[in-house]
Amino acid sequence: MGKLKVALYWASSCGGCDIATLAIGEKILDVAAAADIVFWPVAMDFKYEDVERMADQSIDACLFNGAIRSTEDEHVAKMLRSKSKIMIAYGSCAYEGCIPGLVNLFSMDSVIDRVYKDSPSIDNQKKVLPQAKVTVAEGELELPKLYGTVRALNQVIDVDYFVPGCPPEPKTTWLALEELVSGALPEKGSVISHSGKALCEECPLPKEGKKVKKFYRPHQIIPDPKKCLLDQGLLCYGVATRGGCGAMCPQAGMPCTGCYGPVEGVVDQGLHFLTALGSLIDSTDTEEIARIVDEIADPAGTFYRYSLPVSLLRRAKTV
Amino acid sequence: MNKFEPKIVLFLCNWCSYAGADLAGTSRLQYAPNVRVVRLMCSGRVEPYFIIEALQSGADGVLVLGCHPGECHYLEGNYRAAARMVLLKKMLGQFGIEDDRVRLDWVSASEGVRFASIVNQMTEAVRALGPFQGQETQEVIYG
Repeated sequence: MGKLKVALYWASSCGGCDIATLAIGEKILDVAAAADIVFWPVAMDFKYEDVERMADQSIDACLFNGAIRSTEDEHVAKMLRSKSKIMIAYGSCAYEGCIPGLVNLFSMDSVIDRVYKDSPSIDNQKKVLPQAKVTVAEGELELPKLYGTVRALNQVIDVDYFVPGCPPEPKTTWLALEELVSGALPEKGSVISHSGKALCEECPLPKEGKKVKKFYRPHQIIPDPKKCLLDQGLLCYGVATRGGCGAMCPQAGMPCTGCYGPVEGVVDQGLHFLTALGSLIDSTDTEEIARIVDEIADPAGTFYRYSLPVSLLRRAKTV
Repeated sequence: MNKFEPKIVLFLCNWCSYAGADLAGTSRLQYAPNVRVVRLMCSGRVEPYFIIEALQSGADGVLVLGCHPGECHYLEGNYRAAARMVLLKKMLGQFGIEDDRVRLDWVSASEGVRFASIVNQMTEAVRALGPFQGQETQEVIYG
């Protein structure tokens, strides 16, 4: 068998997933021995035309990170789908929409105003806004169009596998690469991780299953590093999040925020966590219960930090 | 002629509110025919997921009725329902979904009149809001 042909692409993402592919360390040399990279805009000089000229199905696997937010994202996703035998949504943005997906809580107008007019770090006195087309001395330049609703990759194209994480942990990336190179791939549509169960299963912090009188945000308390963070009132998302990452955040005193997505079989991760939290309140007074949960400042942003575009509601009504 | 008749999914617990609904029926009480009853063992079984799924599947409102505080057959199921409902409503506000679309209340087995009255109130509240429309159907594109 010849070397595998692999493409990597970033759509609407922060670039962390591209770095995460390199975080496997010296194992990258094993990857280089087994695979040729035919397209990787963040690291090597390729043009979209190079990909367009490739024959259909000529790329063995595409690791696609980033959500779909612009016409460019969508165009490249569709192009890479037709050129690739295996399409892998790599990282939380491609898998679930992730942080870019939170824009689905806002209207297009409020986003444009915030970014180009109202942001305190912007000096734009003439209120210049980006235009789809602009004519300069060299000719006409064109920008991609921006969608008001961010979508995950599988809401735009057919996706074969999903690699969770913001960004994926090196061992998760390596698991996916091993399965890819050895050809021992799981069933189509699988989420590739070392665990399908909740993160709490692998988190070493001892759990007492305590009920809480008050929820805290991470900056409000210094948690006991030897105890379950949820028991201490921190909104640790481990109960509703797929494991496989090694639970490093809770072990460092930071609550899990849910980046590995829902546990196997759960459709809506945010509502799953909300349900779990409802069982934790230490009160039998409905007014006190209301007061305790009302302290959670931003429920939508907390519960759907990574999964808003693939949630049941998908976006807010903003018109 | 096309008067809007709201569809309301009504979750009832086996022990109090379903018996309350039953009493309303056997007492021949008149109440709005807009509710579709789903009987569960406890209001604590009503996951927020069920509520959103109902709305996304065509319901215009969701009503959850459980035992009065302190009277839950499972001791604390209705407290769980109460906590989830506060959180869910706060979150639905962020999604632009009206507060009156979803309601949690308590009905005991002897409160047939109260059951009929809550169903009527809920039906009128949802009727005033109009049909539930989920996410925008019209995609906004910039550029």
